[in-house]
Amino acid sequence: MDNLITQLINLFAAVILMLAFAMLSQRRILTLIHLFTLQGLTVVASTVAVAYVTHQHHLYYSAALTLALKCFLIPYLLHRLINRLNVRWDIETLINIPTIMLIGIVLVVFSFNLALPIAKLSASIARGTLGIAIACFLLSFMMMITRAKAVPQVIGFLSMENALFFAATSATYGMPMVVELGIALDVLVGVLILGVFMFQIREQFDSLDISHLEKLKED
Amino acid sequence: MDALLLVFLTPLAGALVLALIGHRAYARDLNVVFSLGTFLAAAALTVRIISDGPLFALDKQFFIDPLNVFLVTLTAFVGLSTSIFSRPYMRVEQDHGKMTPLRMRLYFSMYQLFSFTMLVALMTNNMGILWVAMEAATLTTVLLVSIYRTPASLEAAWKYFILCGVGIAQALFGTILLYMAADRVIGDSADALLWTNLEVVKMQLDPTIMSLAFIFLLLGYGTKVGLVPVHNWLPDAHAEGPTPISAVLSGLLLNVALYAVIRCKVLTDGALHSPFAGNLMIGFGLLSVVAAAFFLSRQKDVKRMFAYSSIEHMGLMTFAFGMGGPIANFAGLLHMTVHSLVKSAIFFAVGHAAQQAGTQIMEDIKGLIKVTPSVGWGLMLGSLAILGMPPFGVFASEFLILTTAMRELPWATPFLLLALGVAFAAIFSRVQEMVFGQTALKPLAHPPALLPVFVHLGLALMLGLYIPPYLDVWYRQAARLIGG
Amino acid sequence: MNLSGLLSQFLAIMAALLLAPLLTGWVNQWRAWLQNRSGPGLLQPYRMLRKLFIKESVVAESASPLFRMAPYVAFGCMLLSCAIIPTLSTDLPLSPAADAIALVGLFAMARVFMALAAMDIGTAFGSLGARREMLIGFLAEPALLSVLFTASLISQSTALTEIVENLAHRDFVLYPSLAFAGIAFCLVSFAENARVPVDNPTTHLELTMIHEALILEYSGRHLALIEWAISLKLFAYSCIGLALFFPWGIAEAQAPVALILAIPAMLFKLAIGGFLLALIETLCAKMRIFRVPEFLATAFLMAVIGMLTHFLLGS
Repeated sequence: MDNLITQLINLFAAVILMLAFAMLSQRRILTLIHLFTLQGLTVVASTVAVAYVTHQHHLYYSAALTLALKCFLIPYLLHRLINRLNVRWDIETLINIPTIMLIGIVLVVFSFNLALPIAKLSASIARGTLGIAIACFLLSFMMMITRAKAVPQVIGFLSMENALFFAATSATYGMPMVVELGIALDVLVGVLILGVFMFQIREQFDSLDISHLEKLKED
Repeated sequence: MDALLLVFLTPLAGALVLALIGHRAYARDLNVVFSLGTFLAAAALTVRIISDGPLFALDKQFFIDPLNVFLVTLTAFVGLSTSIFSRPYMRVEQDHGKMTPLRMRLYFSMYQLFSFTMLVALMTNNMGILWVAMEAATLTTVLLVSIYRTPASLEAAWKYFILCGVGIAQALFGTILLYMAADRVIGDSADALLWTNLEVVKMQLDPTIMSLAFIFLLLGYGTKVGLVPVHNWLPDAHAEGPTPISAVLSGLLLNVALYAVIRCKVLTDGALHSPFAGNLMIGFGLLSVVAAAFFLSRQKDVKRMFAYSSIEHMGLMTFAFGMGGPIANFAGLLHMTVHSLVKSAIFFAVGHAAQQAGTQIMEDIKGLIKVTPSVGWGLMLGSLAILGMPPFGVFASEFLILTTAMRELPWATPFLLLALGVAFAAIFSRVQEMVFGQTALKPLAHPPALLPVFVHLGLALMLGLYIPPYLDVWYRQAARLIGG
Repeated sequence: MNLSGLLSQFLAIMAALLLAPLLTGWVNQWRAWLQNRSGPGLLQPYRMLRKLFIKESVVAESASPLFRMAPYVAFGCMLLSCAIIPTLSTDLPLSPAADAIALVGLFAMARVFMALAAMDIGTAFGSLGARREMLIGFLAEPALLSVLFTASLISQSTALTEIVENLAHRDFVLYPSLAFAGIAFCLVSFAENARVPVDNPTTHLELTMIHEALILEYSGRHLALIEWAISLKLFAYSCIGLALFFPWGIAEAQAPVALILAIPAMLFKLAIGGFLLALIETLCAKMRIFRVPEFLATAFLMAVIGMLTHFLLGS
């Protein structure tokens, strides 16, 4: 049974990676939010699976916390945000999507290589997942780089946080509870501040296009 | 222990109170009072440490050792003087209509909250809490950078948020890896991230994981230190935010971030038995010093110019800590202190000067010495101090760093000298034009607060001529703690 | 080679030949129902084949022998590939003839001949269709190969029968790499079988058609063979998919009872698969042809990540 659940965790890891790629190639902002929610759910599911196998009860709490935050509160805030700002446009990427995908593969290879020596050492149940977490981290990073609009950048930022949380649960069975609470608080406050920001940006520029924010350059 | 709690509970209380009444006229004074309270608590704490030695609090989650106690005192002190400086500064901004009552409340409460997060970051024993506090420090300042709501300030704040957010996410990843390494040695307990515990077992931490962890931690916290090439947020945030915030960012936040890097380096060195971490820091430090010096010479905005100077000096400190050894560490710590004091003094003077001129463009600021001699002299002396002129403390620390570099890394010395030379020429020529020359500037409506400027410069001067024995002991103990 | 091997091989070929048009009919019927139409009936493909075989075949004057040969080659390729895919049993005497890589080669050969034949006449539509078909093929083949490689990595063999034997008759293990491969395979199958997101099999709108443009010049028995080959291709792809990702119910060697049970199992799986195909076709809109490279790049990427995941997760 435990063996099966370990495989399940690996499968969740694969799904998270798949969703990271889906987000990378997604043009619609609403779908992007749905994918982000789905990724959050998968992370929660894998956390619960880890908690079940390792009997780490505090992981159930952090799974619940993540569920509330990543699957309900933040998606709700994002939905409200795009409704209020009325931004449902398609996102134009700065590089065309097949190229992004190819770079994505390179990133995955890179992060798998990076994680391989550690995976060999690790005694944790799902040792391969660290590489996937690094890959998701880098993919979200690239998503932030390649999008010129504010909302997708924020989603990229949050999905980066998802990857980190996944790394923490699968590779080390979760951080100490104080730290996790702190991280959750920071993320929540961060999202609120970003929301405030977007209103300010739109007030100033009548647009959420980050390319307006390129005045401050080195002369 | 009471003093320890008081040190960070005072700013937290201040943040709450000022969030409610920050728009009242007396809030400016209240801000000073809270900062003074923090400073007094920090001073009391210092006295305790001198007599009793290192101590813990709250189930070992917080601790004070020779390394962080002097940074706590420094932070509380610069926090106090900046609050004194922001009294007249914010009054002028209010008169200019840049600050609404709501923004004043935001400003004061965030200012206190920012002090709180930095003090927590310095005093926490838990590497995870350190991360949380660093992220919180970004969050509290990001709204302050965009407080004027101008397009440029929004852009700066967005950049600050996104770049530091990404950077700090890398640091979190490094922390997770650190926990993974600790997990294998200490076991899966909530105490596995306590620095004091990690320090004990650092020899047994797995080298592969630790080297990867350190790369992420250095990149992450290095973003907040302002190391090139992840420095882009720094000049913008410094130039577009209110000047008191520029002063605390440069004088304090960068120090705290570097402090986090040093803590991580100690652990990595122990695990790796090789100069890997030090070499990385030397590389990033040297790159920052050289790149910042050249960027610096091309700036037109005075606050941007001094922001680049901060990058240069942080690079120099990173370089020094990277070399390691008692002398370089000593010099790095000394440089940290004097740079904080001098750079915040410069920003105070620059703030007043920019308010007089109504602009931050250096070409439009002329003849300060004729209008307000004290501001002019403050800027001139501060610039000379930051450029490493004897007898200021910066000279002493830079001299120590350079001589160590000549002995240990002879190839790096020409680069350092070149960078310092370029920076000297750039800053000195610009500042000379700003201080002297014909002018059409008008004096300020409210008398500028120049006490902090000259107190800071005086302290920097003192540290250049004479380091008091107890300070010397501190530095030596801290330098030994960093080891390397 | 023994009797039961011969029997299962014979059964596999007969099943493919007879059931392939039925599968096409089933998918079309469901498509009609899902679109609120009454539909042509399940047996329509058989009626059409009969009609086409009776009709006279008209060949253009400028056609070379290649044009006449192509339908037979395509049909032969598809039949051979159906023969080596373990649809009912893994005990196939023909399977050593071709492994997974050769299977992709067989598909490619059929494609090349069809494209050549389309250009042979010299009409504009033929060349256009050929060009588009080759574009899709050249993008889809690496993806399909990577999918098959992922599966062969798990069982350390490129022979389809061994892969299926490994997957079906070992302890149940979740393979994350197969999840990626599965998605990639679905995408490739849509493209290769000219189904909706990539191509519309029922279209005769000149500008959008890909596959139909290739066979515009064919008639009579040639067309019948091509239609049958197309049905066989869909059948082959469905069976590869079922064999790799849902291998339960496929019989092993020397198991006559299992062989008999495998027939209803296969019918059941194909019925569900066909329904899902119709459902997806109804839900999706056909994409612009410029988007197809992106679509297939995604498939390729998924397959490659599947392989990488296999190396990393190592299970």
